[in-house]
Amino acid sequence: MTAADIHGEGTGAPAGARVLDADDISRIVGRISHEILERAHGAHDLVLLGIQTRGVPLARRIATRMGEIEGVPVPVGALDITMYRDDLSLRGARPLHATDIPAEGVDGRLVVLVDDVLFSGRTVRAALDALSDIGRPRAVQLAVLVDRGHRELPLRADYVGKNIPTSLEQSVRVRVQELDGVDEVVVSG
Amino acid sequence: MNKHLLSAADLTREDALSILDTAAELARVTDRAVKKLPTLRGRTVVNLFFEDSTRTRISFEAAAKRLSADVITFSAKGSSVSKGESLKDTALTLEAMGADAVIVRHGASGAPHRLAHSGWIEGVVINAGDGTHEHPTQALLDAFTLRQHLGELEGRRVVVVGDVLHSRVARSNVLLLHTLGAEVTLVAPPTLMPVGVDSWPCEVSYDLDEALPGADAVMMLRVQAERMNAAYFPTSNEYSRRYGLDVRRAGLLADDGIVLHPGPMNRGMEITAEVADGPRSVIVEQVTNGVHVRMAVLYLLLGVADAPEEAAE
Amino acid sequence: MITVLRDVRPYGEDAVDITWSEGVITGISPTGASAPPQGARVLDGRGLIVLPGFVDLHTHLREPGREDAETIASGTAAAALGGFTAVHAMANTTPVADTAGVVEQVWRRGVEAGYCDVHPVGAVTVGLQGERLAELGAMADSAARVRVFSDDGVCVSDPVLMRRALEYVKAFDGVIAQHAQDPRLTEGAQMNESALSGVLGLRGWPAVAEEAIIARDLLLAQHVGSRVHICHLSTRGSVDIVRWAKERGVDVTAEVTPHHLILTEELARTYDPRYKVNPPLRTADDVEAVRAGLEDGTIDAVATDHAPHAREDKDCEWAAGAFGMLGLETAFPVVVETMVVPGRLDWRAVADRMSVRPARIGRLADQGRPLAVGEPAHLVVVDPDAVWDVDPSRSPSRSANTPFLGRQMRGAVVHTVLRGRPTVVDGVLA
Repeated sequence: MTAADIHGEGTGAPAGARVLDADDISRIVGRISHEILERAHGAHDLVLLGIQTRGVPLARRIATRMGEIEGVPVPVGALDITMYRDDLSLRGARPLHATDIPAEGVDGRLVVLVDDVLFSGRTVRAALDALSDIGRPRAVQLAVLVDRGHRELPLRADYVGKNIPTSLEQSVRVRVQELDGVDEVVVSG
Repeated sequence: MNKHLLSAADLTREDALSILDTAAELARVTDRAVKKLPTLRGRTVVNLFFEDSTRTRISFEAAAKRLSADVITFSAKGSSVSKGESLKDTALTLEAMGADAVIVRHGASGAPHRLAHSGWIEGVVINAGDGTHEHPTQALLDAFTLRQHLGELEGRRVVVVGDVLHSRVARSNVLLLHTLGAEVTLVAPPTLMPVGVDSWPCEVSYDLDEALPGADAVMMLRVQAERMNAAYFPTSNEYSRRYGLDVRRAGLLADDGIVLHPGPMNRGMEITAEVADGPRSVIVEQVTNGVHVRMAVLYLLLGVADAPEEAAE
Repeated sequence: MITVLRDVRPYGEDAVDITWSEGVITGISPTGASAPPQGARVLDGRGLIVLPGFVDLHTHLREPGREDAETIASGTAAAALGGFTAVHAMANTTPVADTAGVVEQVWRRGVEAGYCDVHPVGAVTVGLQGERLAELGAMADSAARVRVFSDDGVCVSDPVLMRRALEYVKAFDGVIAQHAQDPRLTEGAQMNESALSGVLGLRGWPAVAEEAIIARDLLLAQHVGSRVHICHLSTRGSVDIVRWAKERGVDVTAEVTPHHLILTEELARTYDPRYKVNPPLRTADDVEAVRAGLEDGTIDAVATDHAPHAREDKDCEWAAGAFGMLGLETAFPVVVETMVVPGRLDWRAVADRMSVRPARIGRLADQGRPLAVGEPAHLVVVDPDAVWDVDPSRSPSRSANTPFLGRQMRGAVVHTVLRGRPTVVDGVLA
């Protein structure tokens, strides 16, 4: 799998180089699941929250894999941060997605936020604000599929699937089976 | 979505569903300990209420505050509005205060339209009820309530009963429910139907007992007893007998049929206390839903107002 | 002072030179037949049409009382620019023109301003209250020689009072000009009653409120043997009723405003009180009916109902807006666009509806006369093809509430001559 692969089939497929395919993503999910469990010494007070939209299916997959590893179900939910964004006047109102907090809640637990791409860090900041309105975790960690650099805030991910250095002109597209019908990460531009 | 919300006709089906879906998500915010969202922080929302209306005004205030907006309220009593200052001068004052959105309720049909198009203010104008013209956020919260109980509104039958002639709620509801695919029947005595109602996108009936059976919902409009003095109907008793919703008539609805009322109610006139307080009544929910729907409207309109074209993520 | 108007076409017919002096036409000869006399003032009429000066049966000059909106001077200046040599000033001033004193004041102010002849209309009832007849005889005998009486603004709704008024004015060949509007059917009315008013949430002014009064009054006039004039006819039903009455020999005359010839209720969708007027703008079908009525002579005259309003009375929400539109300066182009261009009226007919018949209804002996030697030199010279934009800032009127704001008009008044003296030359006040 080289950076020179051009993926151009079908409508809506971004032209560019595919840097991760379905197998890569599957291995990353496995690795991150193990890493989280290792650092947390097990899943006893873990809650996974996927950041809408593509962080949600990723969080579910990690939760499922963890469940297989530990033998107990790991609570997983979704967090929509649209109302906490700081760019309403720049980007306009976007439609909301669901925020589903598992019944166990977040108070006193270790919350692992899951997102597809870490870029400026503003999404994560908004997620932390949203999370603080929902409850008081004992700690918050961040797992991302891709870190593409160019942080505008002092934030970092605890678990990274792949570091992909990019220029600002480039775009990184993550597609997941559950929403897009295919698993891949494509860099274009 | 249009910049302003002046009429239910301003909303396409997509716009309306977007507002309702957003409101549904926002409703879940109220389940949390912290009910506020920071989304409209730094924005100024002005409530401009020339007509006394505690219920709607409080609903809009709550909606704006839950989005962390700064809220200023001008109400008819005790402000320069009551001293006869013109609409224009009031608007210019608000503009000088930097209002991002103006929510206006006025006794004159078309006053919000004038505010939006006169060039006096730059912000977003939201019609909270103008004369006998429209009350679009009421129609939205009614549609929200209907949807919660009945699911999607395509093909659902809604009967609207009361003083249609003087009702802005009726006008907005006919337009919005039609946009959402519901079938509306208006019921009233001929004197309380507007000229040209036959051209509206709904059925018209003078007979409540004929229109009700099997309906999925009935919406009762407030009828003022004083209308009998202008000969719209002979006595309030005759009105109640022919057009009032009592337990017998409520029983004609479909099994899961519900009863709505925009309030305030004239118990005993258009609706009996038994029905108002009964199991089919969703009147109290309508009020709760009003805050969420108005939050959605504020969020979506203030987002549109400033935004340039869609920017990629 | 001799004046020659050269190379002009009377009623659009063959080009002539018209000469006048001391306010009377002294010569009409084929153009270029002879050179103008030494020292004569010369007006160029090349490519232009000359008609008898327009006579407006229905103008609001607002003075006395609302000089902030218009004065006799500013209103008659606007009239002159519109080609009018005589206007009838309605009585709903403050104080109301219901006595000889007030009408004489108005008449005198008109003379002083000198832009056109002002003929005050006397109120029918004291204070326009609809209770007692005003001193109609005193007003008729005054220096203002009032012949047209009207409570315009409000309807003389009491049938007994209307009967008495119709009878009383026979003594001095006066006429009652009725503002036909049943007050009970139009309480709180804001716009034409129609499907549109139902949608816009504005209380309707039903056509029947106009038609029922007209029907009543022309039957009354017939019964008492009097003549009656109907102000600002606006509906198909009204035209039909007047046509029926004329066929039966009832002595009824009627006028229509320029705005009712061209604008419809659709403008209310803007909720801009600029389009709020009484009677209201009606449907397209009504517009077609009044055009047909003007064409076949059922409607005798175009009368502007020029109604100036101060800015704050229009710069507001619809319900708070005053009723009325300007009309003096835009009347001619509206008639050109709606009646002349489609071939419904030729120029002689335009002269008839805008000068001859209004003068006859007002009993003005010296206006609306034929363009002939020996007749008074009240003239309007027009360019039927000139296009221009409506710009209130360039109007002498003190008000700006024209419904034609920003609209391009076709047909312009070039010269207006009052009793031999030009009041407007090349489209500008002289």
